[in-house]
Amino acid sequence: MFVLDTIAHRLKRGCETMAYPRGPAPDLPDRHGGTLRVEAGQCPDGCRACADVCPTAAITPRPDRGIALDLGRCLFCAECVAACPAGAITQTGDYRMAVRRREDLILGEPGQEEVRLAAALDGKLRKLFGRSLRLRQVSAGGDASAEADLNVLGTIGWDLGRFGIQFVASPRHADGLVITGPVSRNMELAVRKTWEAMPEPKLVIAVGTCAISGGPFAGNPEVLNGADAVLPVDLYIPGWPPHPLTILDGLLRLLDRLGEPRPKRMRS
Amino acid sequence: MSAVFAQLANATSLPWAAVPECPLPELARATAAELDRGGRLCAWFGVPEDAGTRVVAVLAFDTDNTLAVARSRPATGSYPALTAAHPQAHLFERELWEQHALRPEGHPWLKPVRASAGDAPALRDFFRVDGREIHEVAVGPVHAGIIEPGHFRFQCAGEEVLHLEIGLGYQHRGIERALAGGPHRATQSQIEAIAGDSTIGHATAYATVLEALAGAEAPLRAQWLRLVALELERLANHTGDLAALAGDVAFLPTSAACGRIRGDFLNLTALLCGNRFGRGLVRPGGCRFDLEPERLALLLGRLEPALAEVEQAAAWLWDAASVRARFEGVGTVFAQQAAELGLVGPAARACGLVRDVRYDHPAGWYRLAQMPVAVWPGGDVFARTRVRWLELQRSGQLLREQLAAIPEGPIREEAARPRPDTLAVALVEGWRGEICHVALSGADGRLRNYKIVDPSFHNWIGLALALRGQAISDFPICNKSFNLSYCGFDL
Repeated sequence: MFVLDTIAHRLKRGCETMAYPRGPAPDLPDRHGGTLRVEAGQCPDGCRACADVCPTAAITPRPDRGIALDLGRCLFCAECVAACPAGAITQTGDYRMAVRRREDLILGEPGQEEVRLAAALDGKLRKLFGRSLRLRQVSAGGDASAEADLNVLGTIGWDLGRFGIQFVASPRHADGLVITGPVSRNMELAVRKTWEAMPEPKLVIAVGTCAISGGPFAGNPEVLNGADAVLPVDLYIPGWPPHPLTILDGLLRLLDRLGEPRPKRMRS
Repeated sequence: MSAVFAQLANATSLPWAAVPECPLPELARATAAELDRGGRLCAWFGVPEDAGTRVVAVLAFDTDNTLAVARSRPATGSYPALTAAHPQAHLFERELWEQHALRPEGHPWLKPVRASAGDAPALRDFFRVDGREIHEVAVGPVHAGIIEPGHFRFQCAGEEVLHLEIGLGYQHRGIERALAGGPHRATQSQIEAIAGDSTIGHATAYATVLEALAGAEAPLRAQWLRLVALELERLANHTGDLAALAGDVAFLPTSAACGRIRGDFLNLTALLCGNRFGRGLVRPGGCRFDLEPERLALLLGRLEPALAEVEQAAAWLWDAASVRARFEGVGTVFAQQAAELGLVGPAARACGLVRDVRYDHPAGWYRLAQMPVAVWPGGDVFARTRVRWLELQRSGQLLREQLAAIPEGPIREEAARPRPDTLAVALVEGWRGEICHVALSGADGRLRNYKIVDPSFHNWIGLALALRGQAISDFPICNKSFNLSYCGFDL
């Protein structure tokens, strides 16, 4: 009986995989807020209201005026947005926030009000991985939320396989290592061994604020404050945990699969 | 109740001086006596004082709906182990020995719980079975899927597992240690990341215990919001477990459908607070986000179809003889074993034990919204799956009722300051089972000691027992049927 049931159900629902990236991206929840934008020029003199409410010390007031906000430490609680008397920090609603370099997550300088989104891999690596990327995931002190939203990318709604991206069971089969969690000391050896077991060339992708900076655990002697304490990181995907859309955008951006004109990097 | 213990209710506090004290061997004896007459060990931990350690025991008497606490005088050295006669104490005593060097004499398997050997846990020797036909299988810490790390050591004769020892500690982030002297700037966020899939459960326990320390209570509407969020968390995770269990027996219709419906439930939590895991919602003193009428209508409009779909997807699962054949009689834990080991949550209820904090020790809005306990006898993978399904239905029904009767009022009040030298206990029935937080404030009103017991701390041994006599190839479905937290255990 259930065979007919399930077939009827499938026919009724049709294809449930989202149109993105060819079609529009699904909406973020309205209270999510997306990434942040910092107009440090609007900061009042001597104000540190935002820095005082930040749970992870992601905001550093500059000596004279203005702030530096590190999105790699941000938990997206938006307490700073509420605390700012001048509206200098705003939520943009944008889900895109993956970057290639750690410093591209620092907001606040003129011209650096928002993150500098990741550039695609260069020619040779893009040719190698662009249509087939095999990833090995290691949770290193992760709390199972970023891991859950990586798993979500494999469900029928997101269908990561349609991009040629697949999570594999062995590091020997992997082109890239996806790390979640602040990298606990007790996982350091396992992370290193996994990386060493992967064939060259290989990528490292840090998913979530914990994997970028240690997140709320930064400074605890039991953790190493993020993946780049142990390995060279090629892609940082912020979020606590990142929305699946943010992760997918980061991966597709890296592989140049978004169909957008490639961003011209004007900075030196 | 012996005079050694003081009684209190869930989500209340007691002056530290009013907690009865006795020498440690006496505390161990009295605790054993209370366990003999039906008590359950919720927590057993040390508080450093002078040159020694005071041991605190927190017990639950489920049928009496009360908790009991007692403490020892500062002690060093050793004491007669509880574990010898009461296996449910086994990890608590190992932990106490690891953290405070109090040696439980007669503990049958005394080894570290999460201690570090530099770049990996100090797991030491594993239990070994000897014999010509015996072989050993080591799995992890890195597993094949997107899952947390832990080490499994199987002793096998052919396909049959004779013994499984589970070695954890890889995820240790020092949460309890960092809480001392707090709350600190990052404390709330660390609490929300004890186990990411139980964010609401742990955040509610933390908020409740801090409110109890202050002798305060969150506004009623906030308590109601916490219930709504906790049941949404349960719906999402139980649906995800149905997907994972169906996937492990290659039953793809339910696996695919529930994988997606789980996301629908997570998105309902995100509708409430912006975060799919409920981060930022629960705070001491109340909640940060409200469920206004339009948002409530939206939530109800999305909840009903999701519940209907999970009902249909589960019906396929129960209809399939191939699924029943793979679930029945696999990974059995007997009721007596479950009781002796102190299992909690769906793993205990699937052994026929009537044990649910929402029913036995209701706090917050659960005092006003009772629901029946979902129990299934059998103790096998089938029973654990079945209990999840029953709980999905009952959580759905509870939400329908609660969303139709909304308490008015504020959602947040200024969090009152904790009173000095006070002990508070909060139990919350997370989707995995009993979450226990015990806080002790110091003379300055700051946290002197904070103890977290995730349900996984009680239940990992249940998985190890479930594997006895099973084919090693059945490990994945046994594991999924428990679906325990590594980070919640490792803290």
